[in-house]
Amino acid sequence: MPLIKLENIVKIYDLGAEKVHALRGINLEIEKGEYVAIMGPSGSGKSTLMNIIGCLDTPTSGRYFLNGVNVSELSDNELARIRNKEIGFVFQMFNLLPRADALHNVELPLIYAGVPGDLRKKLAREALEQVGLGDRLHHKPNELSGGQRQRVAIARALVNKPSIILADEPTGNLDTKTGNEILALFDELHSRGNTIILVTHEPDVARHAHRIIRIRDGMIESDEKVVDRIIAQKG
Amino acid sequence: MGFLLQLQESLKIALQSIFAHKLRSALTTLGIIIGIVSVTLMNMTIEGLGEAFRSSISAIGADVLYIQKWPWFAGEDWWKYRNRREIKISYAKDIKERSTYAVAVAPTVFSRSTLRLGSNSMENVIVIGTTDEFIYTAGVSVEFGRFMSEVEVKAERPVCVIGAEIAEKLFGNVNPIGRDLKIAGRTFRVVGVLEKQGKFLGLESLDDRVYIPIGQFMRMFPWRTGATITVKIKNMDEIEEAIEELRGIMRTLRRLKPWQEDDFSVNRQELLLNAYNQTVGVIGAVGLGITVLSLIVGGIGVMNIMFVSVKERTREIGIRKAVGATQRAILMQFLVEAIMISLLGGVIGLIFAVILGFVVDQILPTSLPLWVALLSIFISITVGVISGIIPAYKASKLDPVESLRYE
Ligand SMILES: Nc1ncnc2c1ncn2[C@@H]1O[C@H](COP(=O)(O)OP(=O)(O)OP(=O)(O)O)[C@@H](O)[C@H]1O
Ligand SMILES: [Mg+2]
Repeated sequence: MPLIKLENIVKIYDLGAEKVHALRGINLEIEKGEYVAIMGPSGSGKSTLMNIIGCLDTPTSGRYFLNGVNVSELSDNELARIRNKEIGFVFQMFNLLPRADALHNVELPLIYAGVPGDLRKKLAREALEQVGLGDRLHHKPNELSGGQRQRVAIARALVNKPSIILADEPTGNLDTKTGNEILALFDELHSRGNTIILVTHEPDVARHAHRIIRIRDGMIESDEKVVDRIIAQKG
Repeated sequence: MGFLLQLQESLKIALQSIFAHKLRSALTTLGIIIGIVSVTLMNMTIEGLGEAFRSSISAIGADVLYIQKWPWFAGEDWWKYRNRREIKISYAKDIKERSTYAVAVAPTVFSRSTLRLGSNSMENVIVIGTTDEFIYTAGVSVEFGRFMSEVEVKAERPVCVIGAEIAEKLFGNVNPIGRDLKIAGRTFRVVGVLEKQGKFLGLESLDDRVYIPIGQFMRMFPWRTGATITVKIKNMDEIEEAIEELRGIMRTLRRLKPWQEDDFSVNRQELLLNAYNQTVGVIGAVGLGITVLSLIVGGIGVMNIMFVSVKERTREIGIRKAVGATQRAILMQFLVEAIMISLLGGVIGLIFAVILGFVVDQILPTSLPLWVALLSIFISITVGVISGIIPAYKASKLDPVESLRYE
């Protein structure tokens, strides 16, 4: 059973005057432990697809099975639970709570999972140590560099031990060197068995993955294995 | 478990948010503060009046009628009653003879005078001349000794019964029974001490009075006219008939023609009750008006600030939803914030009300039982819930993707 199975996923934005066909029938299977890059020109529907996979958004039509569960039939509450337990999101804009320190930001998914205080702090600290921020627990986002902020976001994505980590242009706001550090982190997470789906514009970034899916105008244009894979070196 | 954690997180966020916008929060709570001050003060005075009233009303039995020149609540017609004839002490005897409903009749007259015991003295003590039946009409018991007897009244003996406060002030630890004291220079022997009665309507003490046989009183203060005849009736159920009978007797004594109006008043406890209810009603109506008005204004203020807060934190809502916050969790977060702001106003209002209570105490008795404080807190929480629910619901329904995109 594939981890993710998309059947004819369609997403239409109804703007009244016109309808935007963001996704026009996506069929896709992703196995557990895969590292997939999604590429495509701007406006091709990459983020829309990621949001549907991450249960942040629901398709207009089509079926989505996550771990064999038909997600398209779930209620808002059940979707929230899936986002909490099964999905770890990493965004281009980091999306950290500005007033909370690194530790609290990472604790957030655990709070909504109902993990009690001491265990929660311990897990959040471990996740931050895993991304190399063990010494920045009490820094607020504006006291951290871009790369460090993205690490906090990755720690937050990791902390609930999700089935999939979804990253929508995680290096888009970072310089090449910092971006490479982040990619090294993803490589490491992948080598530990995490499933990773990553959206990117840059071919060099995509070549960290095992498989590249190209999208154009809301449809899959190509889906192929990476032969010359790059494995980033840490530091 | 999950609920408590989320509540804890909500409290934390709410406090952060309130402290991050101190001035805004303070201004928002103003309406609630005024509302809570008003509702608390209202309840404090109503409660205070009620307590004073309940402890006083027993001094005026429900089954006792007071025949007097003045009605208790003359209102604007006071000039009408001014020219009435005074009530004569002798009416008491006539009423006692003729009335079928009366079980005890006692005339009372009073004056102020000085009490002296050795070097101790009390100025301006109310001296009341009455008869032995007063003990039945006054609804008061004797603590030590006894009340004056019929024989003592008839023989106009120089005996007196003193109030609890007089016993305390003049005699201290000494047993006053059988001892002599001087009233307006004349020697009286104390035969009894009345039990403590407290202040009438929280204002005038009933315990610094001294009672003497009415004949003695007339010899000492011959210029005092204008008695009150107190009449205790047999049966509460027959009070209307008793009043009619008394009016008839009085009209005969006064030789009034059928077309002439009563030139006396038959007062009863109920009048006091009515006046009390009226006062409480006015305080209640005014207080309620101010309260409702300011709470509506305050509630709208809170609602407004919550809409602003939801708008400002759209992105935060998106982030929280992305990591697994349910709609209920978001709803709770904003509801808790609204309740906290409102509760803050409530607590500040309560403190102000207690302080202002000391000022009000100079005019009206106030009292702050626990339920008044709890009610105020409950009201402020309710206002928080009512004004927070719509913004919080709106926040809970926000689309996660849209919210994350919000700048
Ligand atoms: N909320 C929305 N309302 C209307 N149209 C939308 C909305 N969100 C996305 N779209 C449209 O859907 C299409 C796909 O958008 P999407 O954000 O998925 O593109 P993308 O591939 O992620 O682009 P980029 O590389 O620029 O991030 C675009 O044409 C976009 O204009
Ligand atoms: Mg995008």
